[in-house]
Amino acid sequence: MDTNTLILMLVATVAAAIPLIFAALGELVVEKSGVLNLGVEGMMIVGALFAFIVAAETGQLWLATLVGALAGATMALIFGFITLSLMANQVATGLALTIFGVGLSAFIGQGYTSVALDGIKNLDIPVLSSLPVVGKLLFSYNILVYLAFAAFIAVTWFLYKTRAGLILRAVGESPSSAHALGYRVIRIRYLAVLFGGAMAGLAGAYLSLAYTPLWAEGMTAGRGWIALALVVFATWRPGRVLIGALLFGGVTIAQFHVQGLGVEIPSQFLSMLPYLATIIVLVLISRDAGVIRLNAPASLGQPWHNELH
Amino acid sequence: MLRLEPRSAPSNLMVYLSPLLAMILMLVVGMIVFTILGQPPFKAFHAFFIEPINDWYGFGELLIKASPLALIALGLAVGFRANVWNIGAEGQLTMGAIAAGGVTLWLQDSTSAWILLPLMFIAGAIGGMLWASIPAFLRTRFNTSEILVSLMLVYVANLILSWLIHGPWRDPDGYGFPQSKMFEANALLPILIEGTRVHAGVLLTLVALVLAAVFFRWSLTAFQMRVAGLAPKAALYAGFKQRKTVWFGLLAGGAAAGLAGTAEIAGPIGQLLMPISPGYGFAAIIVAFVGRLHPVGIALASLLMALLYLGGESAQMQLGLPAAVSGVFQGMLLFFLLATDVLIQFRVRWISKTSTEAAS
Repeated sequence: MDTNTLILMLVATVAAAIPLIFAALGELVVEKSGVLNLGVEGMMIVGALFAFIVAAETGQLWLATLVGALAGATMALIFGFITLSLMANQVATGLALTIFGVGLSAFIGQGYTSVALDGIKNLDIPVLSSLPVVGKLLFSYNILVYLAFAAFIAVTWFLYKTRAGLILRAVGESPSSAHALGYRVIRIRYLAVLFGGAMAGLAGAYLSLAYTPLWAEGMTAGRGWIALALVVFATWRPGRVLIGALLFGGVTIAQFHVQGLGVEIPSQFLSMLPYLATIIVLVLISRDAGVIRLNAPASLGQPWHNELH
Repeated sequence: MLRLEPRSAPSNLMVYLSPLLAMILMLVVGMIVFTILGQPPFKAFHAFFIEPINDWYGFGELLIKASPLALIALGLAVGFRANVWNIGAEGQLTMGAIAAGGVTLWLQDSTSAWILLPLMFIAGAIGGMLWASIPAFLRTRFNTSEILVSLMLVYVANLILSWLIHGPWRDPDGYGFPQSKMFEANALLPILIEGTRVHAGVLLTLVALVLAAVFFRWSLTAFQMRVAGLAPKAALYAGFKQRKTVWFGLLAGGAAAGLAGTAEIAGPIGQLLMPISPGYGFAAIIVAFVGRLHPVGIALASLLMALLYLGGESAQMQLGLPAAVSGVFQGMLLFFLLATDVLIQFRVRWISKTSTEAAS
């Protein structure tokens, strides 16, 4: 394999990792606040569809991206209302959100399956992008890729360097103590859930506007679920989310290159790789129950209401 | 302003009323959505909920769609009662169908229906259970989330089916279509009602409903699992084995889904192709919840969900709406159920501004 192929593979790996970075970072913040939202897949696909519709109708890609994030946040608001205000079971509500999102996007998206779209183009940064090796590797992506990395820095900074981030983590560890200290547990959780939805929506927008600029039913193909697994794999740490997402991007890209190497494997088996890899990393990380117990937010998934405590 | 106040004891009435409330809310919001889409609401309602079942054939279609939903939901309910979250029934259904389909393609030229059909169902149940045993093993041995593992395996199962019908099991005389040979008559379930497609698989579901009712009511295992779901610590102190709960919960769902997949290919489909199920494995999750994890409730909820499937098809033909509208209704139904369930533990109180201020 020559350097050129290797660079192309790395670039493709980053591109494939971006939706996972967005969605998993969003879910990380949600889970840090003590809420488990299993509806990432549903929010992502609704974000993908609405972003695509706006782009197809107006041609405004920025507006489309924004609408994708808003659509994800709107879905998250439904989840927030049912689990936070009405204290419903978070697992069941998250599942409902995914079933609803997949159904809604199939319903609304019917008319858009054969629409062609001029998607978000890669930046052509003068000078920098024409540098040898690093030009291609660092400066040749579309703007959303850089936004994803900016989001990574912002989330890490927020969670560990700001007072608000500390409060958010406190709410996730012990909502009753946070409440006793005078913090608005439900409001903070709402904000986290909305942020998670917007990030899932952004992941969807990236898919339908930049990664593969088209709309197809079920086009998120389980990435929302993989993002959920990534948060566990990363033991709720942003840095490991980033590494995990890149690893998965690599697995996704590897399947295309294995065939190029002349290995005779039916394509279906290669397509299984990301899903099997998800299972394997989950097994590896959860094998040690102590690791999960130490790192998972203590109140994760448990309903909380100030009348009950 | 409206406020939620905890009830001193959970309301038994609301346990039964909340699914009805959820259904009514779904209908109301559905009508509003139809109106927004420019459809006269009552005509749309008629096309969606009445038209599909106003003759025997339509009623038969309702039964053959409700049958797999109820069967899978029963299996899932066993696990859900114990907080074992098998959400990969769709994959277990597919693997059951693959196992049963394999037996069929292997034996259908040399065996009579009396031997072949039971073998198919045994293979189907085993296929579903094997697929469900992966998350069960990983959960009990490595503490891995059964939610994510069972869900990931749905994608893997579909890819295995895709490989089989594109490759080794493709019908050589099928003009290259990705599907297996049509099954012979001895691999097909008999039709129960003349003039409909109602097949013997529906009987299987009825038997399963009765068995599940007996199991939930009188079995010690079911009791232990219920306790494990409601009060995990109590179950632990009582010495109930958590391992057994997880295995039993997942295998029950896997077996039921595998049987449902078998009944689909031996019933309305008659061969292996993609997809085998229009999302029955996921819709059954909703059926289990709306049916309150109880056999009678599940039977009723499966009919409602089946009607939503038929309504979607009918709305497509009558109103030109995409059939995917079914999924929207199904998702809404579960949302409304989860939302109205708050009334079991809480009551809504109207509190005037002044009294709130006085209180604070």
